[in-house]
Amino acid sequence: MAKSSSSDAQALIRSLRSAYAATPTKLKIIDLYVVYAITTAVIQIVYMGIVGSFPFNSFLSGILSCVGTAVLAVCLRIQVNKENKEFKDLSPERAFADFVLCNLVLHLVIMNFLG
Amino acid sequence: MAPDHGSFGLGALICALMLICPAASIRPISDAHRSAALELFVPVDGLFPSLEETYHALRTFLILGVGETSEINRATCPVVLEKLKSPSSSPKGFYDALRVNSILGCQIGSETLEDVASQLRDLIKGADSLMDFYYSVIGLLHVKGQGVSAVLSDAQGVFHSIKALSQSDGRWRFDSNNAESSTHAAGIALEALAGVVSLADGEVDQSKIGIVKHDIVKLFDSIKSYDDGTLYFHEKHIDGSEYEGPLATTASVVRGVASFAAVVSGKLNIPGDKIFGIAKFLLTIGVPGISKDFFNQIDSLSYIENNRISIPLILSLPSTVLSLTTKDQLKVEVTTVFGSAAPPLTVNLVQTSTSEVKNTPTVENQELQFDQENNIHYLDIVPLKIDIGKYTLKFEISLHDPENLNIYATGGRMQYLVFLTGYVKVDNPQIGVLDTDGESSASLVKLDFSKLDKVSLVANHLQKMRLSFQLVTPLGHTFKPHQVYIKLRHEGRVEHIFQLESSARQYKIQLDFLALLEQIYYLSGRYEIELAIGDAAMENSFLHILGHIDLTLPDPPEKVSRPPPQSVDRYSRFGPKQEILHIFRTPEKRPPKELSFTFLGFTLLPLGGFLIGLLTLGVNLKGFPSSSLPALSSILFHAGIAATLLLYGLFWLKFDLFTTLKLLGLLGVFLVFTGHRTLSYLASTSTKTKTN
Repeated sequence: MAKSSSSDAQALIRSLRSAYAATPTKLKIIDLYVVYAITTAVIQIVYMGIVGSFPFNSFLSGILSCVGTAVLAVCLRIQVNKENKEFKDLSPERAFADFVLCNLVLHLVIMNFLG
Repeated sequence: MAPDHGSFGLGALICALMLICPAASIRPISDAHRSAALELFVPVDGLFPSLEETYHALRTFLILGVGETSEINRATCPVVLEKLKSPSSSPKGFYDALRVNSILGCQIGSETLEDVASQLRDLIKGADSLMDFYYSVIGLLHVKGQGVSAVLSDAQGVFHSIKALSQSDGRWRFDSNNAESSTHAAGIALEALAGVVSLADGEVDQSKIGIVKHDIVKLFDSIKSYDDGTLYFHEKHIDGSEYEGPLATTASVVRGVASFAAVVSGKLNIPGDKIFGIAKFLLTIGVPGISKDFFNQIDSLSYIENNRISIPLILSLPSTVLSLTTKDQLKVEVTTVFGSAAPPLTVNLVQTSTSEVKNTPTVENQELQFDQENNIHYLDIVPLKIDIGKYTLKFEISLHDPENLNIYATGGRMQYLVFLTGYVKVDNPQIGVLDTDGESSASLVKLDFSKLDKVSLVANHLQKMRLSFQLVTPLGHTFKPHQVYIKLRHEGRVEHIFQLESSARQYKIQLDFLALLEQIYYLSGRYEIELAIGDAAMENSFLHILGHIDLTLPDPPEKVSRPPPQSVDRYSRFGPKQEILHIFRTPEKRPPKELSFTFLGFTLLPLGGFLIGLLTLGVNLKGFPSSSLPALSSILFHAGIAATLLLYGLFWLKFDLFTTLKLLGLLGVFLVFTGHRTLSYLASTSTKTKTN
């Protein structure tokens, strides 16, 4: 049983990988960006775990900047993905412009809150 | 005890009600007034704020004989001339300009004056309110005073019109519509009527003048008085906006009555005492601090000085404190209100009275001698054998020439408060310690104040300390001063004050330490003894340290009160205060720097990972537009984003939100343009490739 489950897991992973390889490069870039943002957030949480949460506003600001930009990137990915029928009428350039604008606003707020 | 206090209080009340309060000495107008006038009326470049104030200043300077008017003349004459030549001047304008001119004497052509005179005559014909009549008539009077002929043709009619505004109680109304009468208006009306009489070309009906004289007498019936005998006029109805105080009202009435008395024949039936009371009122004001009040006082006093009814003679005392030691003389001055010489007269000291010592004889009917050179009446008080104390002196003036009684008012009997001071001797002072049974354990020690020896006494709580002495005035009588105290001070800190009792002959105190134990907080030790004797009539009031007494007292029981905390030095509260130690929140523990920098490095690692990942994916810049304009906008777009991120960095480091938002606004507009350009180009190229 264990062996079949592990082999099932391996088969699952292999199929995921092959399916993923088929995704367009643009989406892969966005995925990479999301991974980068989340990793940065995790590192900040580890740091906070070590030294404590003073000053809390800086910690929140750092975390939320990473998480916020990741969320915006996910939204971009949804809107740009051609297989997504909902956003057929939205041009990817418009989605990108929204992404840039929202990021700029987010980072303004983050910088203000950073202290 | 209580009934004594009650009867004493009642007695004092009755005395206060029955006695007329003796007056503080009033002084005639003196150099103090002259210097105050120069300080109050100060022109700016020769000009005063208005013609009315100019007149106040000039008239005051003229009466007091002070002030330099050449600069005022130079600056004000053009204003006066302009006012007189102006066709639209009101009666008040003419009045102000003409009365200033009567003092300054500006060069005004006779044609201008005649023109003004005819305008004033027209104004009088058409006048219906009291103030219009007043300004026009007085203005015309001033024109006449400057040499231009000014005659009122219908003097009877004008007199009648002004008189029509009078009321039955002697007051006047300001115009026929206003039902309220005013004392101030009465003064103005009388001055106007006097002006009409002087301007008339014929005789004014004597019966009418008689009625006005009668009105004046009625007006004086409404005079008010203060307790000290001063008389003044006051308004019955106090209207908020036009309220004139007693000084202005009295001054107005004085001017009116004096002017009227000067132009009519025959005497006015006003007793000289009333004029005297008004003069007293004006003088007790002293030196007013407001220029209008000053003018009113000096102007009305100048009318009183030379009035035809009766001229008051003021009796004043240059000094109200006389010393027996230096053998002072009682000096009295009798002058008019402005300090000019009085006619020949004698001053009589009718009575001296004191409320304190009963057995000294009061002086009666002493005639004061007259010093011709200094114009002072004086009296030697040493031969009178009056003892020291506070006295009320009553004076009476008797004129040598009986005819002068019609001209001058002497004011009847006048009271003044005077202090007689002298040197008080302390006789037979004795201090000592007595045993419980009242017998002296040691003999009483005689003190000698002149030698300033200090006594040393020792006592315990069962003994008593006794101090006694007699106080003798220069004339040998027993003296009871206002303050006789003994003070015991324990080691320079805690003080106790005791009052000495006085018997018929001497002052004494017996301090029973057994009874005083609780009062002195059971504190044993050395007590310094001080004696304080003081009185207004004593020239040698003193505070002597007699010596010290060492007290041995038993230990205090538990419930005894502690001595009160000693007062700190008066000025210590201005010194530095105690340092305040603030308690701050302990700062949070911060991590070591190296750890923080390490993690900073760690945070940058994912960025590196991202870039490596991008390279792995085979990211290229092929999509970058090649043609110039789109390329430029792309570059600018990316540059704009980089600039925004740089702005955010600066915002964190040093900018504030307002600057950042301003710059962000500019950058945002830029970004919108370039971004739109770039993205629309990209969109168009991608649709082209798609369709292709």
